[in-house]
Amino acid sequence: MIPARFEYVREDSAEQALQLLAQHGEDARLLAGGQSLIPLMKLRLAMPSVLIDIGRIPELRYIRLDGDEVAIGALARDHDLETSAMLRTEVPLLAYVAAQVGDPQVRARGTIGGTLAHGDAASDLPTAVLALGATMVIRGPGATRTVPATEFFKGTFSTAIEPDEMLVEVRIPRLAGYGWGYQKFTRRANDWPIVAVATVNGRVALANAAETVIRARATDEAIAAGASINDAAEVADREATPTADMHGSITYHRHLIRVLTERALHAAAG
Amino acid sequence: MKVSISVNGQQRTDSVEPRLLLVHYLRDVRGLRAANVGCDTSSCGACTVLVDGEAVKSCTVLCVQADGSQITTAEGLAAAGGELHPVQAAFREQHGLQCGFCTPGMIMATVGLLSQNPAPTEQQVREGLEGNLCRCTGYHNIVRAVLASAEALA
Amino acid sequence: MRVEDRKFVTTGGVYTDDLVQKEFAGAAHLTFVRSPMAHGRIRSVDTRAAREAPGVIAVFAPDDLDVTPLAPSFPMFNPQMLRPWLASEVVRFVGEPIAAVLTEQLYQGEDAAELIEVDLKPLPTVLSTARSAADEVLLFPAAGTNLVATFGEQRDPSMFNGCEVVLTQRLTNRRVAPVPLEPRAAAASWGVDGRLTLWCSNQGAQFIQGELAGMLGVGTGLVHIRTADVGGGFGAKIEADLEFAIIAELAKILGRPVRWAETRSENLTGMVHGRGQDQVITVGGRRDGTVTAYSLEVEQDCGAYPRLGGLLPTATLMMAPGVYDIENVHGYARCWVTNTTSIGAYRGAGRPEATFAIERALDLFAAEIEMDPAEVRRKNLSPPFSAPRPNGAGAVYDSGDYAAALDKVLAAGDYPKLRAEQTRRRSAGLTRQLGLGVSTYVEITGLGLGELKEAAEVEVYPDGTVTVLTGTSPHGQGHATAWAMIASDQLGIPIEKITVLHGDTDLIPAGGGTLGSRSLQQGGVAVHQASIELVELAKQRAADLLEANPDDMVVDLAKAGVKVVGSDQGIRFAELAGRERLLAHTTFAAPGPTFPFGAHLAVVEVDIETGKSVLQRIITVDDAGRVLNPLLCEGQRHGGIAQGVAQALYEEVLYDDLGNPLTSTLADYPMISAAELPSFELLAMQTETPFNPLGAKGIGEAATIGSTPAVLNAVIDAVSYLGVRHIEMPATAHRVWEAIQAAQTNHTVPSAPLGQK
Repeated sequence: MIPARFEYVREDSAEQALQLLAQHGEDARLLAGGQSLIPLMKLRLAMPSVLIDIGRIPELRYIRLDGDEVAIGALARDHDLETSAMLRTEVPLLAYVAAQVGDPQVRARGTIGGTLAHGDAASDLPTAVLALGATMVIRGPGATRTVPATEFFKGTFSTAIEPDEMLVEVRIPRLAGYGWGYQKFTRRANDWPIVAVATVNGRVALANAAETVIRARATDEAIAAGASINDAAEVADREATPTADMHGSITYHRHLIRVLTERALHAAAG
Repeated sequence: MKVSISVNGQQRTDSVEPRLLLVHYLRDVRGLRAANVGCDTSSCGACTVLVDGEAVKSCTVLCVQADGSQITTAEGLAAAGGELHPVQAAFREQHGLQCGFCTPGMIMATVGLLSQNPAPTEQQVREGLEGNLCRCTGYHNIVRAVLASAEALA
Repeated sequence: MRVEDRKFVTTGGVYTDDLVQKEFAGAAHLTFVRSPMAHGRIRSVDTRAAREAPGVIAVFAPDDLDVTPLAPSFPMFNPQMLRPWLASEVVRFVGEPIAAVLTEQLYQGEDAAELIEVDLKPLPTVLSTARSAADEVLLFPAAGTNLVATFGEQRDPSMFNGCEVVLTQRLTNRRVAPVPLEPRAAAASWGVDGRLTLWCSNQGAQFIQGELAGMLGVGTGLVHIRTADVGGGFGAKIEADLEFAIIAELAKILGRPVRWAETRSENLTGMVHGRGQDQVITVGGRRDGTVTAYSLEVEQDCGAYPRLGGLLPTATLMMAPGVYDIENVHGYARCWVTNTTSIGAYRGAGRPEATFAIERALDLFAAEIEMDPAEVRRKNLSPPFSAPRPNGAGAVYDSGDYAAALDKVLAAGDYPKLRAEQTRRRSAGLTRQLGLGVSTYVEITGLGLGELKEAAEVEVYPDGTVTVLTGTSPHGQGHATAWAMIASDQLGIPIEKITVLHGDTDLIPAGGGTLGSRSLQQGGVAVHQASIELVELAKQRAADLLEANPDDMVVDLAKAGVKVVGSDQGIRFAELAGRERLLAHTTFAAPGPTFPFGAHLAVVEVDIETGKSVLQRIITVDDAGRVLNPLLCEGQRHGGIAQGVAQALYEEVLYDDLGNPLTSTLADYPMISAAELPSFELLAMQTETPFNPLGAKGIGEAATIGSTPAVLNAVIDAVSYLGVRHIEMPATAHRVWEAIQAAQTNHTVPSAPLGQK
């Protein structure tokens, strides 16, 4: 219920935050909205000795058009995404998915950067950005680099961000007018997804179907080859490695992946 | 660490340890115990307060993160003369509470909800209160209280 | 509007953990170390590092406490199932207290507790009544068995001979967690006079006092229980928890007040769970729809240490036949220990289990003979009655009109239209199918843990204010308003001037608490009676003063006094009180428990591709006799419905194969939220009881009892056309989907949930 002790420092610039990260190494964690990290710390599943609060770095909270992409600062809140008129037009899938995250209180503080960096396989935003073909902009002590979403989510709570790096921006192709679909299957409305499927522009991404969010490549290939929605959805679980849990057997998880993919694809097809 | 926080219009500077949760700061340091701790996984919402106008779960915010913020708790909603805020009045009139433990959090979540969506449908109210659990009322009268609040605030 | 509510919506209630009395200045904070293992032998408990941690005042491991293990609280339980205060040789469930840390500040407690090393050697676990009944792994070797108690006799094997139709079904009434929003909390301090004052979150201070005094081995008069606001109880805060005794004992040893407020994770394994019955129902009858024989066999899971849960099967068996006239009814129950959290009372406490079983039986019977479930019920309902009537299983019902309740809900829901819609969707082969579920139920209220009586004291003061002392113990039910209204009705004094007090054993030495839906029919009636007696006393005194005939005195509500009939000559109660204390203390003894009843119609939509069910509507009659306060009554029905729906569709406590809880946080335990529920459609019906002058029965648990079977029946009804006859609850999407698959391929429906056993 109470986090273990830690040192706390608030940095209002990305540069200084990075310096501190480099200084403290793996013992330090970045704190953005805290909606993923603080619950973990309260259960003592995470016990950083140093917490670097970057939640107020002003230059990292934005949603703007940049050529044929939308650029979103890592500290944009879920609520910012949910209510952005521009985002609703340019990347409606993301605006919609941001509104599905947790509850209003969580969305007031949770950030897209924090959520993506947390890398939870059962999380809405990672699923969406994977389907969107997003690019992550990661800043380190020496340089800034970009990583496509397909290479960003590596494994269980593990991403491509190195211990001395910070996710600073997410870049998403503008997809105004493209059909999209998001199907989130939960027990209660506020629960993590048992399975979720995001699709846009011929790409399908799955939540809670493997160690991390994954693309349903077999379905993507089927779509590209002109298969029907039914046939494309039939193979949606090919890359999935679901486990049996309190929500159901492996067979049932696979079944859900296929059903939800079909529904998402229908929604995208209008 | 020193924090300077305004709660219900009263500014104060206090010395706190970094891990002090905002809800404990409000309860034990500022003596405002309307916000309650009902869980340890950010699930129940009984600790909901407004931080800079937004409803947040104060158990999932470190006090130090709220340095420099303006916080409103249920104790700070009523007018100086004691007149109840329309949301408080509506909860009372609609019998939107029984044991009262979830109530301050529910009220603050409602204030937050209505500030973002002043005319919600019943479905939007129910979804908007996903983060606030109540065991006593079955939510029926809470929903009525929120809808009545919306009318009163319109 | 309730008089309590201004406080609750502004500064909030003052719950036990909110108390800042002077008596708790400098109180030590207590943090427990609890067993991480379901069944194990304790090899060592190393507290050395913890003792050195910052802010630690003391650490108590089992050897540090000189106390005797506690015998089970109820005499019919196996007396060898002793409960240690802190587990010393064996741990028997995840969550069992092993050590206690006392610190200056709260946060330090968790830090120090982490430093305590417990070395446990795993023992085989017993996680089901079936495994327990094998008596292979014994939780209490000295007891020689895992059997806690037995109720009734095994049935006569020829019981169903001659029935045209006989069906048997295994059912599980799975364990659930009560989850009051306020977890348990207590604060103890010993006075220089050697008396203990314990504030705790409870449902009846007097019962806690007796139990705690017994645990501590001190005279009852030395234990003073006080009650702050209580954030929900639902039955789980009736009994004195072992933690209260530990807190009190440590406060005595330390010579310092001690306070404790559990975390939610502690609460989900440390507070009693509800339900936990494995059942076998057998129903027999004729093809014309008449049920002639019914048998209910129960295996009650008690958890590791038998508590109130072990008694509840007596209520289950007593209410087995429900609202039906069944010639031949039999019940039998055995109670077993398992390596899990103890089972206690939870909204309905034994009666939901009975109703669930008989309502499933009726639906299964209906499916077998291909008759509409509402129709089968009609054929078997007892006819309306207003005088006491035995039910054939040991209960004597007071009044009821079951057919009228059923008619009302079916009419309000336009049942034929719903059936037509169901047919339409089936013909159209839609993914989202409609299910209709009916329950007709009766339940028993007023049974407490002592006699069926309650005391009340009403006093008017010279300043015109009133106090009402009650032995009930509200935790959301609104007695401060309801009892004030009852007194006000008799005295003419406005409720703003009436204060209702409860929960302090020094002020109110005798009381039955608030449980079993007893409060209005015993406590409220006692207030009513005391108010009337006060008026009579006032009439006597006024008659003396006015030199009038007492028979000529009448109450004058407008002036809050008494007067000579037909005249202006009178005296106010307040004035009388100025001359001599004006109070009435009375006890109302109820002639028996009362039997609220009703019917629920649930409409559920089931997505047959995913199995997910959504409750669309629930229409209810919950008839608890005369309604004194419609707002409060409806509130109880709403809350009851929500908990009943929750058990049917969402909530269950899960353990893995080793007895580790899988639902020990509110992120994992799916406590129902507003988003899962519709608004409820409540219908009014008041069939008074002859058993008390207010004609009131108890409404607190009725709606929970009625709603669970209606909702589950609705889910099964939705997919019955696919061949499904039964689904275990909660009817999660997975269970529904599996049932559909099994029915389609004609395999046996799996009845064990994932993650259990």
